[in-house]
Amino acid sequence: MEVLLFAVSAVLSLAGGLGVVAARQPVHSALSLLVVLGALAILYLTLAAEFLAVLQVIVYAGAIVVLFLFVIMLLHARTPESRPSPVGAQAAVAVPLGLALWVGLSSAVLQLPAPVPRVPDGFGSTEAVGRELFGTFLLPFEVASLLLVVGIVAAVVLGSSPSSYDRRGREP
Amino acid sequence: MGTWAVPWIVALPLAGAVVNGLWGGRLGRRGVSLVACLAVLGAFLLSAALTRDLVASPGAEARTVRLFEWIAVGDFRIPAALLWDRLAALLALVVTGVGFLIHVYSVGYMAEDPDYSRYFTYLNLFVASMLVLVLGANLLVLFVGWELVGLCSYLLIGFWFERPAAAAAGRKAFVVNRIGDAAFVLGILSTWSLLGTLDFREMARLLGDGGGGLRGHPGLVASALLLFAGAAGKSAQLPLYVWLPDAMEGPTPVSALIHAATMVTAGVFLVGRLWPLFEAAGPVLPWVVAPVGAATALFAATVAVAQYDLKRVLAYSTISQLGYMFLALGVGSGTAAFFHLTTHAFFKALLFLAAGSVMHALHGQIDLRHLGGLWKSMPLTFLGFVVGAASLSGIPPLSGFWSKEEILHAAQGSVGLWLVALATSFVTAYYATRAAVLAFLGDPRSPGRPHDPPPAMALPLAGLVVLSAVGGFLGAKWLGAPFHAFLQPALNGHEVSPPDLAAVALAVAAAAAGVAVGWRAHRGRREPDLGPVRRALEAQWGFEALYEAAVVRPGRGLAHLLSEAVDLRGVDRAASALAEAVVRAGSAIRTWQTGNVRQYAAGLLAGAVVLFAYWVLR
Amino acid sequence: MTVPAGAYLVLSAALFTLGTVGVLVRRTALVLFMSIELMLNAVNLAFVTLARVHGNLDGQLAAFFVLVVAAVEVVVGLSILVHIFRTRDTVDVDEVDLLRG
Repeated sequence: MEVLLFAVSAVLSLAGGLGVVAARQPVHSALSLLVVLGALAILYLTLAAEFLAVLQVIVYAGAIVVLFLFVIMLLHARTPESRPSPVGAQAAVAVPLGLALWVGLSSAVLQLPAPVPRVPDGFGSTEAVGRELFGTFLLPFEVASLLLVVGIVAAVVLGSSPSSYDRRGREP
Repeated sequence: MGTWAVPWIVALPLAGAVVNGLWGGRLGRRGVSLVACLAVLGAFLLSAALTRDLVASPGAEARTVRLFEWIAVGDFRIPAALLWDRLAALLALVVTGVGFLIHVYSVGYMAEDPDYSRYFTYLNLFVASMLVLVLGANLLVLFVGWELVGLCSYLLIGFWFERPAAAAAGRKAFVVNRIGDAAFVLGILSTWSLLGTLDFREMARLLGDGGGGLRGHPGLVASALLLFAGAAGKSAQLPLYVWLPDAMEGPTPVSALIHAATMVTAGVFLVGRLWPLFEAAGPVLPWVVAPVGAATALFAATVAVAQYDLKRVLAYSTISQLGYMFLALGVGSGTAAFFHLTTHAFFKALLFLAAGSVMHALHGQIDLRHLGGLWKSMPLTFLGFVVGAASLSGIPPLSGFWSKEEILHAAQGSVGLWLVALATSFVTAYYATRAAVLAFLGDPRSPGRPHDPPPAMALPLAGLVVLSAVGGFLGAKWLGAPFHAFLQPALNGHEVSPPDLAAVALAVAAAAAGVAVGWRAHRGRREPDLGPVRRALEAQWGFEALYEAAVVRPGRGLAHLLSEAVDLRGVDRAASALAEAVVRAGSAIRTWQTGNVRQYAAGLLAGAVVLFAYWVLR
Repeated sequence: MTVPAGAYLVLSAALFTLGTVGVLVRRTALVLFMSIELMLNAVNLAFVTLARVHGNLDGQLAAFFVLVVAAVEVVVGLSILVHIFRTRDTVDVDEVDLLRG
């Protein structure tokens, strides 16, 4: 059962990933990303990370991808890119490099001994993660919240209408 | 008065220099003069009081005052310490006493000079440095003072540094002194390695009574020779004398103080301080020190005959008299040398101050060919000069007679030296008379209305007249010779045996003959024709030319070579080539900056893959 | 855990590689961003896998923070993107080369 779940999710995620990278229209890329995120959420569940799986769906799929879609709509980014030669040249470089990277990473990763112990119940539950978050990882937690504040302020400032800025981009 | 007062002798003039140096502008001329003169006067009074203590308590002889631990490196420990003994006391009195008179004189002489406070700062600094030299308890402290007076000499010779001649003279003095100083340092090292100490009392203990086991030791001889070379540099003996005549570019009071009474006597003082070392160093004293002194004395006296610049006459005269002092040391009579040092300080300073009065009255004129007739218009100056010249010539009963006579007496052991000394005496009297006649007698040859100097200058002049006239009686046997009694315990010199009348008469005769010949030759302000002799004298018997060829020209050539070939072409080119290479490399690398984000990312990836591969394959 | 951990990690490596290639090859700024998100997710997968392998929740916490930071990054990045491309009226990354030396 687990194997089947893994196989399906793996295939889905790879397909989605390919879709993100290769789709002509940006909207198609966004939707492919959604597929990847969903597949990953399933994988998290098999890895006893329930809290994270839920978070993945809510935050990533539910907020970030939505944001992407909004921006696509805002910028009317429907126009497919032309394919002049620079793209081909880049691909010629990128694909071999990418393959090299994958092989390298995989070989490195497969060298790791992988003990597979039984995990306690409630391993990846909300309660367990929460306990760690407010315990060992309290400082990073606070820093992250600070980061979020910064992000909000940045969004507000950057998002304000252009009339409040001088056309050249200087402060009003 | 306890030993606590000894450092104050140095501290007072030093403080004066600091105060005048930092706040001279704000103090105004009167303030600066007061600070400077009082500082030196204070030092003199302290010295006098401490000397009285020294004499009053015969048990308490030399006293060492430790200031602080200066150098402490393993076995090498040198404290910063001062030594107060009879020799130090004598020199301290001379330096501060004559120094004070010259400070007062300078108030008048430099009154018009814009750099008033700088002058007095340097002058105070000099007195402080000289006192460090004189009061040092070990060779290193003495050397510090030695170097400092060299510095002050440079600063004061080149005081009017906008004049190229003055600046060059200052440089020359410093550089020539350096040669001597190099030998001095080597001498210090040699002494240390041989004796293991640089402290004077320690050395006296180790080498007392004729040197103990080290008598005639080659290491000792080497040290003595090196140290004497240093002394020769500072005291302008052959062949390191060339800086002193040029040093006359400085203000005349400076010439009086530094180049007549004090700094130049440092070499003599050094030998006196290291008397036990020199006594034990076998042949050095009689075979090196004495002949050099005698030769210098005669040489300088002859050159003085041909000088037209009055100050240069006096400069060569100083070189000659210093030669006398070294001669005295060479034949083993330390007391005679220091007696002459003292009387010479009196009459030479007097002569210089008188010359200064002439310059002051005639706006810098000092060429004998343009002077004359001043005996009527400047009677006090004339009197001063005559007394000084007579004392210099050794005319009794003036002070110079007593000290010079004693030197001649001490030199009787060696016929050659004695004859040279006698001949020098004759020539000395000759040039002194010539200078007096040409400068003061006859009819006035210069424009202007000269007059005697103001009180600030006249009073010190008068004081020195008195000292030059009666100072000699300090050495008179029938008065108990207080000078010698004072100095004897410190110098371990020969007993002053009663002079034999015939020798004295001969000496006086030589001096009188010199005066007479000089009078006749120059009466009416003629200059006798000496023909080729004059030319030789003017060329200083070829010494200046020798220096030019052997030292100056090669030195300049080397400097030119290094500056052109090595620096300009070599180093500069290498530096610009390097800079150019950097710029070119930068332009080449600039082409990588395309501004294309994806290209940068590709680069990152490539690098990451390389690193990763390395890690994996390791 | 019947599926070996290695499989998960190889999958993670594959997704990461896909994302990298996407960054290098695509010129539309938005798709570029999405590729970056793909990479981040691949890393998250690796974290979670290793957390399960070692029985330690630290890996999941790391993934958590990656999530948070990714969210902020997307927000700020997209705002900047919107600004740039509003003034320049292009979505092509290659056109933004003002930093060219």
